[in-house]
Amino acid sequence: MTHDLRKGALTRRGILQGATALGAAGLILPGSMRAARAEPQRGGTFRIGLGHGNTTDGYDPGLWDNLYAQVFAAARHNQLIEVDADGQLIGEIAESWESDDGKTWVFHIRQGVTFHSGKDVTVDDVIASLNHHRGEDATSAIKQFFDPVVEIRADGQSVVVTLDAPNGDFPYLMSDYHLAIMPGSDGKIDPTSTDGCGPYIVESFEPGVQASLNRNPDYWKPGRAHFDRVEILAILDSAARLNALMTGQVELIDQIDPATIGMLEARNVARIISIPGNAHYVFPMDSRAAPFNDNNVRLALKYAIDREDMVEKILGGHGAVSNDNPIGPANRYFYADMEPKSFDPDRARYYLRKAGMESLTVPLHVADAAFSGAVDAGALFAETARQAGINIDLVREPNDGYWDNVWMQKPFVASYWGGRAVEDHMFTTGYASGAAWNDSFWEHERFNELLVKARSEVDEDLRREMYQEMQRIVSFEGAVVIPMNNNYVMATALNIGTPDQISANWNLDGFRCVERWWMT
Amino acid sequence: MAALIRMIAQRLALGVLTLFIVSVVIFFATELLPGDLASTLLGQAATPETVAALRRQLGLDLPAPVRYWNWLTSALQGDFGVSLANRRPIAELIAARLGNTIFLALYAAALAVPLALILGILAALWRNSVFDRAANAGALTAISFPEFFVAYILVLWLAQSGYFPSMVRISPVSTFGEKLYMAFLPALTLTLVVTAHMMRMTRAAIINLMAQPYIEMARLKGMSPLRIVLRHALPNALAPIINVIAINLAYLITGVVVVEVVFVYPGLGQLMVDSVSKRDIAVVQAIALIFASAYVLLNLTADVLSTLTNPRLMSKG
Repeated sequence: MTHDLRKGALTRRGILQGATALGAAGLILPGSMRAARAEPQRGGTFRIGLGHGNTTDGYDPGLWDNLYAQVFAAARHNQLIEVDADGQLIGEIAESWESDDGKTWVFHIRQGVTFHSGKDVTVDDVIASLNHHRGEDATSAIKQFFDPVVEIRADGQSVVVTLDAPNGDFPYLMSDYHLAIMPGSDGKIDPTSTDGCGPYIVESFEPGVQASLNRNPDYWKPGRAHFDRVEILAILDSAARLNALMTGQVELIDQIDPATIGMLEARNVARIISIPGNAHYVFPMDSRAAPFNDNNVRLALKYAIDREDMVEKILGGHGAVSNDNPIGPANRYFYADMEPKSFDPDRARYYLRKAGMESLTVPLHVADAAFSGAVDAGALFAETARQAGINIDLVREPNDGYWDNVWMQKPFVASYWGGRAVEDHMFTTGYASGAAWNDSFWEHERFNELLVKARSEVDEDLRREMYQEMQRIVSFEGAVVIPMNNNYVMATALNIGTPDQISANWNLDGFRCVERWWMT
Repeated sequence: MAALIRMIAQRLALGVLTLFIVSVVIFFATELLPGDLASTLLGQAATPETVAALRRQLGLDLPAPVRYWNWLTSALQGDFGVSLANRRPIAELIAARLGNTIFLALYAAALAVPLALILGILAALWRNSVFDRAANAGALTAISFPEFFVAYILVLWLAQSGYFPSMVRISPVSTFGEKLYMAFLPALTLTLVVTAHMMRMTRAAIINLMAQPYIEMARLKGMSPLRIVLRHALPNALAPIINVIAINLAYLITGVVVVEVVFVYPGLGQLMVDSVSKRDIAVVQAIALIFASAYVLLNLTADVLSTLTNPRLMSKG
């Protein structure tokens, strides 16, 4: 699995150097991840109990939105490009890729891979799979990735994608989990089909209940897909999930309530895996509306939150303090040395006075739909802000309809981000002027200028400088309070083996636990 | 007898009307909920363009009355359509879960109804005894705890020690015995929740009759108390007891979503909750009609049975 980056000086430096930085970041991961170091072996049934999964889940790749859909998809599909445990891009259905100018990207399609139905994976299938997310009628959640795409065409055994402007990180976007390669006919994929070219073949699927899959005997990857069978169960109740693991009815669960981690560890029936990643919890403010249009007010709020306390109480210590920075420690250009913001009521008061106010009352709209513990986090925030003369009026909203009626509708709310592997992806989605999910409605001239420039900058140091300046701008002039990075916390039965390095790119080993882990 | 048949026919016709009204109310109540399927399916990822495109694809851009009419005409032809969220046939989605829900309801009823009747009769027989008080206190305690609490206690005692599974995994190939074993804890939870109501109604109905002159007559004849209760009091007390049992059976079919969640039981309740929160109106409608039918049919059955147990009503017509 080598990739041909020779022609693309732009990408070679960017991607290879980034990989080294990430490798170093991996060394500081906690010891609990490094247990169970047996050699992988074939066999066994891997039963996964997830706190997600609805009866409304389906097969359409554009609509996958929860961990259940994501893991189920990773079990049956392959993508063009995979993000490995170190955060590096490795070829999957694209054997290699290259670009001369960052504008025209050529993906060489791997030959000899077949779908579960027996059909060969062809260039046409890849194009149909990409086009499912593109165009006027696309209903995909990642439609905006394809906005800069001018053309997708076949060239022999390669797919050529032309962009309207250079983007050195384009291959990272192509590793998104929505971009499953599915068989196409007449240039379209069938979004109700289970057929894929991934490690496991679907035997049965009841939405919101369970999916059973058997190993694909023709899977092309060596040293992957060790289980004979995978069963993915939706267990929404966190106590039921814990019980299922403790009584041996499943081998892996996600979303462990921080309050129960100590108890689980003491019983010695499971291994807790806690992976620091780029995921973060946020409180975005509407920067167009008073009082949040004044940066002094925003800074006052940023100094009025006790970040350490929040990591301790809301995450049970399984996370890290964030400096209002959407770029996380697992990113390449993470600005680790930025001046930290500690809880400082005097400083908050100072900024409040600078804004011409003695005290401030703002409503904060929260629901646990934003993130687990959001209501408690809001209460903690209100408690500390009171000491700075800021009265946060906590408004508890219903979970149902939260993303419709509260998020990006009310001026000050709670939300979350899964984090992104590349800076450009994160900034373009959540902070660029006019971006669909710019949930603070924030406009910053210098930031937007840097965003476009950094995208096509060839010099690594200059690029790092630009991204660090952007992080500083977001942190000190942005309109989003980002108190913490939450770890991905999961627990496995003691007989599950994992590689030394578990991916920090998304939960459950980048959704790939099904093909990377094994039974000892 | 003719009167009885006329009553059944009348009640069935009224039932159909009820179902129609229910379908209208549910449809427009769901319309009142904020957001629609397109925006909830896309969730945080929704942008105005993708929501509009999805609405167009799903036909959600049509006015509500038109959509209701379309649904009604195909439903009347027996076609409940496909789930808008995952495009699976609704009949298929519901069939397996309806089977599971009815299985659990009957299982719980098979445990709860005899238990409630026996306890109720014995409590009436030994009125104000220690047994009566203990049975009352026990049943009221069980009904007073929230269902999930009872469920967690049972998991702690009976599942963590390994006697019964805490999670129900019923598949089409499970044998009947396996199903009974796996679904024991949810059935027991529901039994504890519904027994009190039925038991107290049985006790009250019998005690009410025990003051009647004909019971006194029987007692003066020297009959044993048990025979008096079973032979003379119980048949006359059946009507209210049957009604309470019917209401509890309807509850077992329609109201057990909490128990389903705790035991990961794939029943209709969870499907209903998911479909409402995703605004998948076609599925909501189908399940609401099943629930409404359950109430209509069980009430009808209760009335028919009450009539049959009352010779005065039977001989009139």
